[in-house]
Amino acid sequence: MTTVIPAPAARIRPRRETSPASRLTVLALLGLSAFYFLFPLWWLLVAATKPFGEQFGGSGLWFDGFGLFDNIARLSSQDDGIFWRWMLNSVLYCGVGALIGTTLSALTGYALAKYDFPGRGMLFSLVLAAVLVPKVLFTLPLYLMFSGVHLIDNPLAVLLPSVVSPFGVYLARVFAEQSVPDEVLEAGRLDGAGEFRVFRTIAVRMMLPALVTIFLFQFVEIWNNYLLPAMVLGDDRLQPVTVGLVAWNASHVAVPPPLVVIGSLVSVAPLLIAFLALQRFWRAGMTAGAVK
Amino acid sequence: MTHAPAAHRAPARRPATTAPSRRTRETPPGHPRRLRPLLFCAPFVVLFVAMYIAPILYAAYSSLFTIRRSGLGLTAPTEVFAPLDNYTRALHDGSFTASLGRVALFGVVQVPLMLGLALALALLIDSKSARGRGFFRLTSFVPYAIPGVSAALVWSFMYSSTSSPLNRLLEPLAVTVPFFDQDVVLWSVANIVTWSWAGYNMIIIYAALQSIPAEVLEAARMDGASALRIAWSVKIPAVRGALVLTTVFSIIGSAQLYNEPAVLQPVSGGSISSAFTPLMSAQNAVADGNYPYAAAQSVLLAVAVGMVSLIFFKLTRRGDHA
Repeated sequence: MTTVIPAPAARIRPRRETSPASRLTVLALLGLSAFYFLFPLWWLLVAATKPFGEQFGGSGLWFDGFGLFDNIARLSSQDDGIFWRWMLNSVLYCGVGALIGTTLSALTGYALAKYDFPGRGMLFSLVLAAVLVPKVLFTLPLYLMFSGVHLIDNPLAVLLPSVVSPFGVYLARVFAEQSVPDEVLEAGRLDGAGEFRVFRTIAVRMMLPALVTIFLFQFVEIWNNYLLPAMVLGDDRLQPVTVGLVAWNASHVAVPPPLVVIGSLVSVAPLLIAFLALQRFWRAGMTAGAVK
Repeated sequence: MTHAPAAHRAPARRPATTAPSRRTRETPPGHPRRLRPLLFCAPFVVLFVAMYIAPILYAAYSSLFTIRRSGLGLTAPTEVFAPLDNYTRALHDGSFTASLGRVALFGVVQVPLMLGLALALALLIDSKSARGRGFFRLTSFVPYAIPGVSAALVWSFMYSSTSSPLNRLLEPLAVTVPFFDQDVVLWSVANIVTWSWAGYNMIIIYAALQSIPAEVLEAARMDGASALRIAWSVKIPAVRGALVLTTVFSIIGSAQLYNEPAVLQPVSGGSISSAFTPLMSAQNAVADGNYPYAAAQSVLLAVAVGMVSLIFFKLTRRGDHA
């Protein structure tokens, strides 16, 4: 209120209500936080591009020589190229798991939002309760059960638990309620379409952005789940990249530590790119219903 | 660790028009139309029962048996039904109870710090003085895109006792942080968790801030309230719900602490024990081949988590009605 407004700045209204000092303070604090959040990733990028063996030298703040391609070549040849096998495993587990999981979530969430049926309330309460309990807590019991039915060292032991996503069902229900009007469904029914056809041709199309969000959340959730694959997959040719890299890191010097640095960058880069490219879907999922 | 995203706070309401309009179609019970929704749900329900309920029941059941080995170890160990043995053993197992205490301490210290940071960031980005809002929102949220294990790997390089880039940055100040010291290592782990999740919580709080009506803030400003005063008396009370929610999830998250300490353990020089957290302790029992004991520990942990979140929800529910 106190500063004089320069005429052309009228559009940027908030400017007039803040003093330069407060702007500077806020900027400094936010800058500090940005440094905290970005420094480890920046270090990872810089270190991975340095010539092989120099990863842990220098300040780590700035590039020093270029060896990224050589590093990736070394990464690819370590242990007969098992790194790329791990990457492929990760993509398969996450892709297949998220695809099936999203389908199941969409079907269930849609039914919960749009139909009245016996057991509906109980099912929804169960889903909510399961969202609250973290998945990791189920891992040991799952391991015990899988070893009881001899599913250890079988990709199914990772995939089967991964496709069940209570949070996905919850999101699908919220989104189906918001984005699929009953009138449209009713119109489809009057045209003689069966219930499943109505779902497939009308509801899925209207829920599509929401389904992308659910897919993303599930993909990342599966990628993040370390304990389950680490326990049920002993064969390193079946493991996802997170489990493989941790094993390399724990091998002390059997695998050169610089390879862990480079492998970390390579395994994180696609996730980061996808994350930046698909930001709006993320926020849609996180704020769905949270601001109510 | 996986915090469930924060969405289930939306009240379970549905448009009042839904049910009646369908009822008027007069679908008799048992008609295919009434059964169709059950078919929609069936695949999920079957897998849910198999992957959530069955393992818990299986674990609860197998925790009731104890492995007995004969004195000389000449015969194969036998499982004996002794329902309380594993539970009494777990409650008297120093390393298991110590791990429970450790995550409790972790939760009490790390959760308020992380949420304080998240709240401060959300308020700063929301403040009128902020520039580059989109950029700062994104930078704090980026760690969320990094899998917990990868984040722990990267931080293990940051903490390295021989080549820590952080200590190199601190060199001019003549400070060296012993990240893997016995007394420090829990907070080194806490820092990784904070780094990963502060931005995520910030987004939730920020979204709540955005939903404060502009007139309310304008009125406070007209009354001459300073920016700090508005933040304290208007904004923070308005995001109370979001704070409660993020607190519950963070507490639950602390209980299942696993990835970060497990990744740091081999490079920690022994300061992270193999039973550092309850999950690691239960995993130890698996490694020893004592499945019933592992099952008992998992059940105890699940019960503890369930109770804590139940209590929290009960407390905050009451607050919401007030």
